Amino acid sequence: MKAFAYERARSPREAASAAANDPGARFIAGGTNLLDLMKLEIETPRRLIDVNGLGLDEIKPTRDGGLRIGALVRNTDLASDKRVRKDYGVLSRALLAGASGQLRNKATTAGNLLQRTRCPYFYDPNMPCNKRRPGAGCSAIGGFTRSHAVLGASEACIATHPSDMAVALRLLDATVETVRPDGGERTIPIADFHRLPGDTPHVETALARGELITAVTLPRPLGGQHAYHKVRDRASYAFALVSVASVIQKDGSGRVALGGVAHRPWRVEAAEAAMTQGAKAVGETLLAGARTTSQNGFKLTLAERALGAAMAQARA
Amino acid sequence: MHDLDELQLSRRGLMAAGAATAAVSVSPPTAVAQDGPDAPVTAKVAFTVNGEKRSLTLDTRTTLLDALREHLKLTGSKKGCDHGQCGACTVIVEGRRINACLSLAVMHEGDAITTIEGLGSPERLHPLQAAFVKHDGYQCGYCTPGQICSAKAVLDEIKAGVPSHVSADLTAAPKVTEDELRERMSGNICRCGAYSNIIEAIAEVAGGRA
Ligand SMILES: Cc1cc2nc3c(=O)[nH]c(=O)nc-3n(C[C@H](O)[C@H](O)[C@H](O)COP(=O)(O)OP(=O)(O)OC[C@H]3O[C@@H](n4cnc5c(N)ncnc54)[C@H](O)[C@@H]3O)c2cc1C
Ligand code: SF4
Repeated sequence: MKAFAYERARSPREAASAAANDPGARFIAGGTNLLDLMKLEIETPRRLIDVNGLGLDEIKPTRDGGLRIGALVRNTDLASDKRVRKDYGVLSRALLAGASGQLRNKATTAGNLLQRTRCPYFYDPNMPCNKRRPGAGCSAIGGFTRSHAVLGASEACIATHPSDMAVALRLLDATVETVRPDGGERTIPIADFHRLPGDTPHVETALARGELITAVTLPRPLGGQHAYHKVRDRASYAFALVSVASVIQKDGSGRVALGGVAHRPWRVEAAEAAMTQGAKAVGETLLAGARTTSQNGFKLTLAERALGAAMAQARA
Repeated sequence: MHDLDELQLSRRGLMAAGAATAAVSVSPPTAVAQDGPDAPVTAKVAFTVNGEKRSLTLDTRTTLLDALREHLKLTGSKKGCDHGQCGACTVIVEGRRINACLSLAVMHEGDAITTIEGLGSPERLHPLQAAFVKHDGYQCGYCTPGQICSAKAVLDEIKAGVPSHVSADLTAAPKVTEDELRERMSGNICRCGAYSNIIEAIAEVAGGRA
């Protein structure tokens, strides 16, 4: 690990401007992704700005009947919150399907959103990777691609976003609140937060340098049946091959979003018009334009069947 | 055990003394400040470990696990993967289990930390330690301190109503079932495969408690 200076931020604004003025600076929250990557020298910050003491760890109701989740709320606390369990079950379920009890106790809302891909070539400093070093090339293309993206990928990168929580937030139409280095605040709809790789796979989100996430806001509850179906190689403690977040109403209408298939949570609102016609009909639009390799084509079948399972469960 | 780890061999001293004499010069530990972009940065941190106040001056890169093992010589917590995947480093911080390998020591200012050494001693075993012995909840024993710290926190989490992936009803209070224990303990890998005995040990303690 490279040496770094460590400091505790005193206010969100101060944290943002300190980070913006120093290209070697990074925020650290739970540290469960950043430190992992620092040990491998995939991340090499010269300065860590600890944002844990900023008081961003509360969950509060909003004026329009939703919830405002502080950026530093731990994954365990978010999944366990009574209001989340009752009204946003899909979010609790997605969180509980991710990582381990120990990791969820540290992992934060913002850190989880910003966790980086689990592409094995990204983790191997000996292999070229456009995400690690823009222009170096992509080792996954033509390599082992069983875990890689089947939707929205590019010639530069076929990595997936590993977060389970983010899939639920996309389904719920959450918004990300930030503070910018100049002290200004903005809100980013979750649909615009994570980017597709295009030819700049190293640019993963809409955040500017130094921009600090302060909260994630959920709109008022949707009702309906909430579920998160995660299909993985082990029954527990493994990243998703494919996951389906769903909220389905009594009449069969509803929303679905997929994880494990793209560089961001995958939701196509137009596909939801076919919710009452079954998984195949939804899949036609949701999975349109898919590009698979000889190793990851199974993800399309898996996605459609997991979708079918979610629909069957909601009818039961 | 011999205090080999306290010895610091000075290379220059060794070479000066030559091979003819077996003299080894011991240099006092000094904080070596180097300049340049990769110069280590040190910082002070104070926390409580197993009820005892400890203050350390550490390279900022030191993980909580290395602080416990290498600096405080509490070697119960183990380093397995050092990437948060195996759970051998599990300790309890402010009542919650975490992977000590994925946390910087300097980020624990003021925290109360419990390691396996703080849960019980050979003379006065914690009920979970006794149950692991009784049920053979290990083979080589390397993952055991992490398993036991995790198990302690799992029982507390169930009591506190923290749901899990296998809890059928999110809004109901979770129960101590085998399924629940297996799911909640999935962050602790046992290479010897003592899982079924580990679950028996935890279930027995949970049963006695409820
Ligand atoms: C073994 C293992 C298994 C895992 N399995 C899963 C899984 O199955 N599913 C899953 O979803 N996840 C999984 N994870 C990932 C885990 O969820 C993430 O590591 C965690 O959510 C990251 O949160 P953190 O607070 O620790 O982030 P950190 O490591 O502290 O930060 C991550 C990034 O976010 C930035 N950041 C943090 N806070 C802010 C802020 N407020 N504003 C702006 N930037 C910020 C940091 O600078 C850093 O770049 C796993 C991790 C491990 C180690
Ligand atoms: S898929 Fe993306 S992350 Fe993986 S090697 Fe290619 S560029 Fe890197």
